[in-house]
Amino acid sequence: MIRCLVLLAAFAVSGCATGPDRDPRDPLEPMNRAVYKFNDTFDDAIAKPVAGAYKDLLHVEIRSRVSNFFSNIQDILIGANNVLQGKFQEGIEDWARFAFNSTIGLLGIHDVASDMGIEKHNEDFGQTFGRWGVGSGPYLILPFLGSSTVRDGVGTAVDYYFAPLTEVRPYDLRDFLYVLYFVNTRAELLDASNLLEQAALDRYTFQRDAYLQRRRSLIYDGSPPREREEVNDPPDSTVK
Amino acid sequence: MNMTNAIRFLLLSCFLAAGSIGAQEAMPPDVLVKNVTSEVVEIIAKDKEIRSGNRAKLIEVIDAKVLPHFNFNSMTQLAMGQNWKGATPEQRKQLVDAFRTLLVRTYASALAAYSEQKFDYRPLRAKPTDTDVTVQVRVIQPGAQPVPIDYSMEKTPTGWKVYDVMVGGVSLVANYRTEFATVVRNTGIDGLIKDLQTKNRGLEEKGAQKK
Repeated sequence: MIRCLVLLAAFAVSGCATGPDRDPRDPLEPMNRAVYKFNDTFDDAIAKPVAGAYKDLLHVEIRSRVSNFFSNIQDILIGANNVLQGKFQEGIEDWARFAFNSTIGLLGIHDVASDMGIEKHNEDFGQTFGRWGVGSGPYLILPFLGSSTVRDGVGTAVDYYFAPLTEVRPYDLRDFLYVLYFVNTRAELLDASNLLEQAALDRYTFQRDAYLQRRRSLIYDGSPPREREEVNDPPDSTVK
Repeated sequence: MNMTNAIRFLLLSCFLAAGSIGAQEAMPPDVLVKNVTSEVVEIIAKDKEIRSGNRAKLIEVIDAKVLPHFNFNSMTQLAMGQNWKGATPEQRKQLVDAFRTLLVRTYASALAAYSEQKFDYRPLRAKPTDTDVTVQVRVIQPGAQPVPIDYSMEKTPTGWKVYDVMVGGVSLVANYRTEFATVVRNTGIDGLIKDLQTKNRGLEEKGAQKK
């Protein structure tokens, strides 16, 4: 997987031919659209039906335990990323969450830390790089994983490299956990992806713009500086 | 004695009436968001038909309770950006109508997916003289970071109106701006109106099939 990402990144950098009328943030649009189509086909044929069956089969209570289990493991790396970004208080909170949820919360299946008022954060290596001042680079659609950028793609590779799940042995258990993780994640996103289908005129651009806005907001922890465009373009309420 | 009582009563009712009118005009934006949200969520929780997937009824509720607090003119204008200037009054009207329909349907789907999450209403950070504020609500769900929903609101003669909604840092208006710009560049404003109307019709048929 990692080798695949590195190859893609290299391809991305070498293939920077911008066409006319192209969004400056998305110089690789033709390649991205091709991968998008591939992902879509895979999603319609396999991922979505499997996730749907999983959702029908397992009660919401059980699915939420599964989500909590994976979410708990991720708190370790979320904490590390907060520390790398100089947010020590948040980092300690993340690790405290992991400590409480792994013990009192029975291997993380109960999110007791949230009940105690220790809030969950959203961090990853892509965000840490962004915080360090690394620009996002061109928008990139990864095979199977979807929306990303060159920076976030490298971040994802680092995330996978350090993910505690990769250390799980025996291999069968590790593979089982990975499949469960992806199916559960896709099931969680079913509502969102249906919504996307409804809202968008062109799903590709809608998803791209939402992703780029979302990442920008996450890097600034929910309060990014306002873009000039918004400031210069206040609503004119005189028009009826 | 009777006379004074009558006058007192009259004065009192005048004050009461004035008070209630004043309260409605000056309903602060954060209170408005909170009231409307809790009211709509309560209606959905109680209504068996809506919860079992009656989309038409859900849209009725949204039309009655939520729509009056949105300024679709502003939303459409912001989403159109520079292209708004080039639109004729008739095109503008069609754009606002089609965009409103699309947003209401999308909003209905989002609400239909709602399942007893809790809301955390953030204190409003604004001066009383402000005419443009952001009301922040967070949706709390176990095992995940709370999802922030920010309502950008402007003061109008008929009360505070929403002109943009940001979900998890994603501004709806900004997202549609790129889409609209691309369509207008390729097929013009009429092309965009047609696209929106086609999209809405498709959603309507899909909704009808579901029932």
